[in-house]
Amino acid sequence: MAKRPTPTEFIIERDEGKCIACQVCVRMCSNDAHSYDPETDTVTSDSTKCVGCHFCETICPTGAIIIKRNPSEFKLNANWSAQVIRNITKQAETSGVLLTGMGCDKPYPVYWDHIVLNASQVTNPSIDPLREPMELRTYIGRKPDRIELTAHSPQSTEKNKIPSAMDYRLLTKLSPQLKLETPILFSAMSYGSISLNACISLARAAKEIGTFYNTGEGGLHKDLYEYGAHTIVQVASGRFGVHREYLEAGAAIEIKIGQGAKPGIGGHLPGEKVSEEISQTRMIPVGTDALSPAPHHDIYSIEDLKQLIFALKEATRYSKPVGVKISAVHNVAPIASGIVRAGADFVAIDGLRGGTGAAPTVIRDNVGIPIELAIAAVDNRLREEGIRNQASLIAAGGIRSSSDVIKAIALGADAVYIGTAALVAMGCNLCQRCYTGKCNWGIATQDPYLTKRLNPDIGTRRLVNLLRAWSLEIKEMLGGMGINAIESLRGNREQLRGVGLSDTDLKLLGIKPAGEAW
Amino acid sequence: MDRFHEKDISGCGIIGIMEQSGKRFSGRDIITSIASMRERANGLGGGFAAYGIYPEFKRDWCFHMMFENKSAMVQTEEYIRDNYKIVKDEIIPTKEDKSIKYRPLLWRYFLQPKEEKKKLHYDITEEDFVAKTVIEINTRISGAFVASSGKNMGVFKGVGYPEDIGRFYRLEEYEAYIWTAHGRFPTNTVGWWGGAHPFGLLDWSVIHNGEISSYGINKRFLLNYGYVCAFFTDTEVITYLFDLLVRKHKLSFEVAADILTAPFWDDIERQSEEKREISQALRIIYGSALVNGPFSVIVANTNTMVGLNDRIKLRPLVAATSGNKLYIASEESAIREVCPTPDEVWMPKAGEPVIGRLKGKNG
Amino acid sequence: MVKRIYIREEYCMGCRLCEVHCLVQHSKTKNIIKAYKGEYPKPIPRIIVEEKGYVSFALQCRHCEDAPCLEACITGAMYRDKKTGAVLCDEDKCIGCWMCIMVCPFGVISRNIEGKKIASKCDLCVGEEVPVCVKNCPNEAIVCEEEK
Ligand code: SF4
Ligand code: SF4
Ligand code: SF4
Ligand code: SF4
Repeated sequence: MAKRPTPTEFIIERDEGKCIACQVCVRMCSNDAHSYDPETDTVTSDSTKCVGCHFCETICPTGAIIIKRNPSEFKLNANWSAQVIRNITKQAETSGVLLTGMGCDKPYPVYWDHIVLNASQVTNPSIDPLREPMELRTYIGRKPDRIELTAHSPQSTEKNKIPSAMDYRLLTKLSPQLKLETPILFSAMSYGSISLNACISLARAAKEIGTFYNTGEGGLHKDLYEYGAHTIVQVASGRFGVHREYLEAGAAIEIKIGQGAKPGIGGHLPGEKVSEEISQTRMIPVGTDALSPAPHHDIYSIEDLKQLIFALKEATRYSKPVGVKISAVHNVAPIASGIVRAGADFVAIDGLRGGTGAAPTVIRDNVGIPIELAIAAVDNRLREEGIRNQASLIAAGGIRSSSDVIKAIALGADAVYIGTAALVAMGCNLCQRCYTGKCNWGIATQDPYLTKRLNPDIGTRRLVNLLRAWSLEIKEMLGGMGINAIESLRGNREQLRGVGLSDTDLKLLGIKPAGEAW
Repeated sequence: MDRFHEKDISGCGIIGIMEQSGKRFSGRDIITSIASMRERANGLGGGFAAYGIYPEFKRDWCFHMMFENKSAMVQTEEYIRDNYKIVKDEIIPTKEDKSIKYRPLLWRYFLQPKEEKKKLHYDITEEDFVAKTVIEINTRISGAFVASSGKNMGVFKGVGYPEDIGRFYRLEEYEAYIWTAHGRFPTNTVGWWGGAHPFGLLDWSVIHNGEISSYGINKRFLLNYGYVCAFFTDTEVITYLFDLLVRKHKLSFEVAADILTAPFWDDIERQSEEKREISQALRIIYGSALVNGPFSVIVANTNTMVGLNDRIKLRPLVAATSGNKLYIASEESAIREVCPTPDEVWMPKAGEPVIGRLKGKNG
Repeated sequence: MVKRIYIREEYCMGCRLCEVHCLVQHSKTKNIIKAYKGEYPKPIPRIIVEEKGYVSFALQCRHCEDAPCLEACITGAMYRDKKTGAVLCDEDKCIGCWMCIMVCPFGVISRNIEGKKIASKCDLCVGEEVPVCVKNCPNEAIVCEEEK
């Protein structure tokens, strides 16, 4: 039966006056949208194949290509949008679950864009970060309620001289901590969902900046062990590639319960992506699907989670923080509280807009809550219970800029995870086709034709640039508020104001409306 | 209660004088000294704290009260009587001063908590019991305000220039071993007697010049330890921080200063290994107690007077000694006004505390 | 100092943009559209991208220390530039005998028959700070470094 064509999403426009028929686009499009006709010595395109990744547009030496959204319009209908019609047509054709990549693209309110920051005027001088120290260092891990010191030289009362902390001995033994030079980490992205070159770029950038990247649930490729001191190794429901050296290699361990893009469901790496190298890393046969179950089958309750946390701590002799990642769902605050009480050293919360390599569209777009509300709720809850200091809070899911970072921290997060932003820095243009394995940018693919397109030297440089730029911007904003250490902003919601939010939103976020003074 | 709910922002002049031998001296000097910094005030608030002024009642908790009306007084007395034995109560003596137009009813009480009431809260100390009373009165009884609640000390404050307030309270007739004074230049709060400095709780008094940008998190940090900030003032937050760190966590003032105005990470890197370990631990554990923004502050309790500057010294602070006397002030001239030839005068470094202690005590 | 072009084949994606830019650099107009659409004789690139399966790399003259093409050239058209150490072909002197092509172990000299028959090869982009192939490679798969 003939397949009924679905209307194309994009139109490839080629300016014939500019096109020199060099065929660069022909060679580069992994979706074979361009082709060369030697008879006429011209290059033509088939728009139906285009996914809108803009790779050809970026690389065409004459700027002859423009990728446009298909202007062909259905009859205007607020309920039955072109997307809806396209999806139904596709499903009527295939009877399959619609898949997608990256984070939710529905226009839910982005609270970041309704929150504004404070700055000093007159009564409180702002601080110039280029002249004065401005500190972003952050420690992730469990903090005790108080410090215990003993005096060690009591005769230190020499007139007006300061017997400072050095006249004491430290009795408190601090739990292991992760030291971050900037409060931004790279989110979990597994080797498998992204290419080894992408993993290497993240690892090297984390090392250069003094932060951490996260292995995701794909195990650790042998080439990545050297970055262990900047690695958070993940233990997910599939337990792929989890073994003793793996746990020992990382600086911290993260138990993955859920992910913002697909709360409540597991993962699926199609067999086509399971190459020799991936099979070795994940410890599964070549070409088999890597399926992570929805729950951990040894965690059916909070007590079970506690056992796993302590099993991992035992296995690594209490030498590194063990955290838990969950997706932001309605009950996120009590769940996070339970996780802290179960002994986690940090809780990572992934919001509604968190990305993924592959997820059913319907889940990605409809399950979970925005990260802004989740941070506010969790931070409040942990403070109400007097246990906020017992675990650090890492916020993830849709952090797009330094201002999102600083707002997340002011709402109460200790640090943020960035995933999508890191991929964009490496080239990604959010075509959302990660699940096809045909990523033209060499990021979300294992095809050797494509993975080599991401030179890790370039990837590292761009990631480092991004983090440096954001850190500098954060310092500028802090200085403007008259603050010279990030910890004075953390949870300092007085520095935030809401614009155009309802009373309920303001209450949930714990911030005042713009226009209201201190 | 709305004026409670605006954060206090002001520029100020501050001074503290301590006789470290414990010898008491009259309030004349402190009035003279603060008068020299009239430029730093705008007549919307002035106040004093004095330690050692009630030796005959030194075992009793002394509440300095301000009542806006008679009914506030009746309600407060009822509440106090329920929980305390009133050893003595009297009007706080004042002197007409033409610059002081309006004034609330000013009364002081010397109190002993009732044993049976304390027992109801068997798990808290007497200090916590008293602190609870203060917060209760201040937040629940409209028109009533506890200006101070320590033993053998008191806070005298009001709306006006500080020297006028000092004369109004007849401070030259009191003798104390620690005097602190504050002249205020508020930028937002309408003059309100309770809102003037010093802020007092138990035997703590705090005067402060500056604005704390970390207020939002300091407040929430304190909440984690059961302190509810009811007044939205920086002085309140600083008071609670000292109470938590020094009284509850039993840290010295030096260590408390290393928390409130922590050394920079770069400086910590340069410390000896032993010290670095402690400094790091302090910053990791007490990061939310870091006080950020421009300020200079003088904190006192029964045994100690401490002056402290913010981490990059955005507000002035000078110290001097003369014999057993320690002076800490916003301006050197304020010190020289009453002590023309001090033994030593110095500018404390950013974040380095100046500490005066009663001889023979280790507070 | 002799500049060398190093190949990092693991990152060559086979786009052949190096060829495009090399061609433009060695055109008369140095204008990409004219070079392709309006110039006769048609310029040709001096860099060649070799491909097999997913492996590809861009190759151009190695400017050998012990260059066989210099020996083989009968007219003295092939010469070494004193300053840069590059092996260059004086196209005025070249008669198109293509002996050099026979002896070059890397196969990086091309026959140019678009106009007068000559040998066409990489000249390290005389006058440019960085050879254009290096400058325009989107993935830094060819890099130019001073010889160590
Ligand atoms: S890359 Fe650009 S110039 Fe080259 S063939 Fe494609 S459209 Fe034409
Ligand atoms: S899929 Fe990407 S590379 Fe291919 S035509 Fe579309 S935008 Fe260009
Ligand atoms: S431009 Fe670079 S990546 Fe493209 S073919 Fe040439 S060497 Fe390879
Ligand atoms: S043309 Fe061939 S032989 Fe001559 S220098 Fe270049 S690489 Fe060597």
